[in-house]
Amino acid sequence: MGSYLLRRLLIVIPSLLGISVLLFTVLALAPGDPFEELATNPAVPPEVRASLREKFGLDDPVPVRYVRWITAMAHGDWGFSFVSRMDVDKLILQRLPTTLFIIGTAQILAILIAIPVGVFAATRPYSIFDQIASTLALIGFSLPTFFTGLLFILIFSIYLDWLPFVYRADLSAVGWRWFWEQFRQSVMPISVFGLAVAASMTRYVRSAVLDVIRLDYVTTARAKGLGERVVIVKHVVRNAMIPVVTLVMLQMPAIFGGAIVTEQIFRIPGIGSLLISSILANDTPVVMAVTFVFACLVVLFNLIADILYGWLDPRISYS
Amino acid sequence: MAGSTRALATAEATPELGTATQAGARGFSPGLDAWRRFRRHRLALVSGVILSAMVLAILLGPTFWGVPINEIDFTSRLKGPTWAHPLGTDDLGQDLLARMLYGGRISLAVGIASMFVAIGVGTLIGAVAGMSRGAVGSALMWLTDLFLSLPQLPLLLLVMYLFQNSFKAIFGPEGGVFILIVVVIGGLRWMPVARLVRAQFLSLREREFVEAARALGASKTRQVVRHILPNALGPVIVAATIDVAAAIIAESTLSFLGLGFPPDIPTWGRLLFDAKDYLDIAPHWALFPGAAIFLTVLTINFIGDGLRDALDPRRVL
Repeated sequence: MGSYLLRRLLIVIPSLLGISVLLFTVLALAPGDPFEELATNPAVPPEVRASLREKFGLDDPVPVRYVRWITAMAHGDWGFSFVSRMDVDKLILQRLPTTLFIIGTAQILAILIAIPVGVFAATRPYSIFDQIASTLALIGFSLPTFFTGLLFILIFSIYLDWLPFVYRADLSAVGWRWFWEQFRQSVMPISVFGLAVAASMTRYVRSAVLDVIRLDYVTTARAKGLGERVVIVKHVVRNAMIPVVTLVMLQMPAIFGGAIVTEQIFRIPGIGSLLISSILANDTPVVMAVTFVFACLVVLFNLIADILYGWLDPRISYS
Repeated sequence: MAGSTRALATAEATPELGTATQAGARGFSPGLDAWRRFRRHRLALVSGVILSAMVLAILLGPTFWGVPINEIDFTSRLKGPTWAHPLGTDDLGQDLLARMLYGGRISLAVGIASMFVAIGVGTLIGAVAGMSRGAVGSALMWLTDLFLSLPQLPLLLLVMYLFQNSFKAIFGPEGGVFILIVVVIGGLRWMPVARLVRAQFLSLREREFVEAARALGASKTRQVVRHILPNALGPVIVAATIDVAAAIIAESTLSFLGLGFPPDIPTWGRLLFDAKDYLDIAPHWALFPGAAIFLTVLTINFIGDGLRDALDPRRVL
């Protein structure tokens, strides 16, 4: 397991570098100039502009600028947000826990729904339960989160008036009251987001279990006289989880997309809504940094998937 | 398949044999065979009918419903469905039916065009990677894996943010954004297709019929175009169908975040974006475009499901 882990960690570095090259190329190819505003400002003479460009090294060739940018990022110097008037890394660190909380709880909710439903449906293929579950999963998979979010707000906040529709990071209540308020404001975003993830996950679990359940070793387990419960839980599900982990991790980029939309609908102050507001405010350092953080998170989750993979299927870590 | 759980509903296979012999008597082709299998998926068939109706309405609707999309009428603001405005009006009193028909054209056009970009790039890269036996193949697969781990929506937003203005300057406000959205959505969705095509190519290129073609002196291009590609097409068609749905959702998401088409072009996502602040007084404004996106995506996904059943040659049904 140790050397497997090391090999995985070594793969992370080139992919992070690849992503950073790609991001930087996009930025370098983009037309426009960070000092464009100064160019149209008559109070700033052209010499000042030229010296500013020189100071920030904007006239250097692209590879040189890339190396400078990536070393600065590695040293933790992520630039300064002119809109929020603070360092970009501090701004992101402030917002990141909220996003991770929403993504994490939604993911847990999705797993809690998808695995039982998927396994139950696959052990009874073409039964009524399976057909209903599959149809509901396809419907959930086709419902865009921005529409479900608005529907939830319409039903639970406007018509029934049960839940608040604006998420607040600065709840004034303390103790149990804080927990209750936090629970009330998190229910809608987490269920909107979690149900969307659960829908596609259920489809994966079902088809993975269906692939495994007809293998000979399952028949052997039954022939040995093992109870159906043990056969399903210990023999089938563990092996079926291997492709599910891969597919779920391939979904990770899409899940971050869902997080951005959810944060935007419920006005959750996470890095997703930070990205949108920075784009609308033309705050390029923040936009670049948030995009890079999202990319790092995807790579991180891929790494976690690989570790899970090695645990689920020991053959992989030995090869 | 010695398992004790039925994987296919064998009971349903028996009447199908009768149809097969009939079809055999009338003539047999892969297309006919696929259609016969597709018809068995009832939800897919119903979805096909609903989707065709929606597409027809979008294409022909504006000729019958002549209300302009930007006719402002403050006397009928935020009205629910009436005879004059079957889907109600927005905050400026503009007719929602006309706006939705117009937005539907854009959504569909974006979906289909992005699908072609994704399938084109994916098939090309997958085919090259599948045919090459050296470093080119592994380099292309590394690139594919790299693209797969990119966060799509943030990158989509980033590219829109950086390039929007210059594209608008070159191709005009509507065309520029259209080209940009199509290229970027397609450019971030080709990876599954490339993997699919590569896997198909790797197994197909070793098969006897390709070897026979090779022995007869067929050039590499001919082997690919005439022999390998047609056999790899089934899964690609399914992926293409699903890609249309995904592209429609991606475009709507962009517009919903306020970063898609310019505000005066009423795409479905844009309508939702505008409507979300009036949810309490004018829920119809959000419900109709939302339902339209949902219904389009759902029917396309069902059709994709049906096509998967129809085009999978391993299925015995």
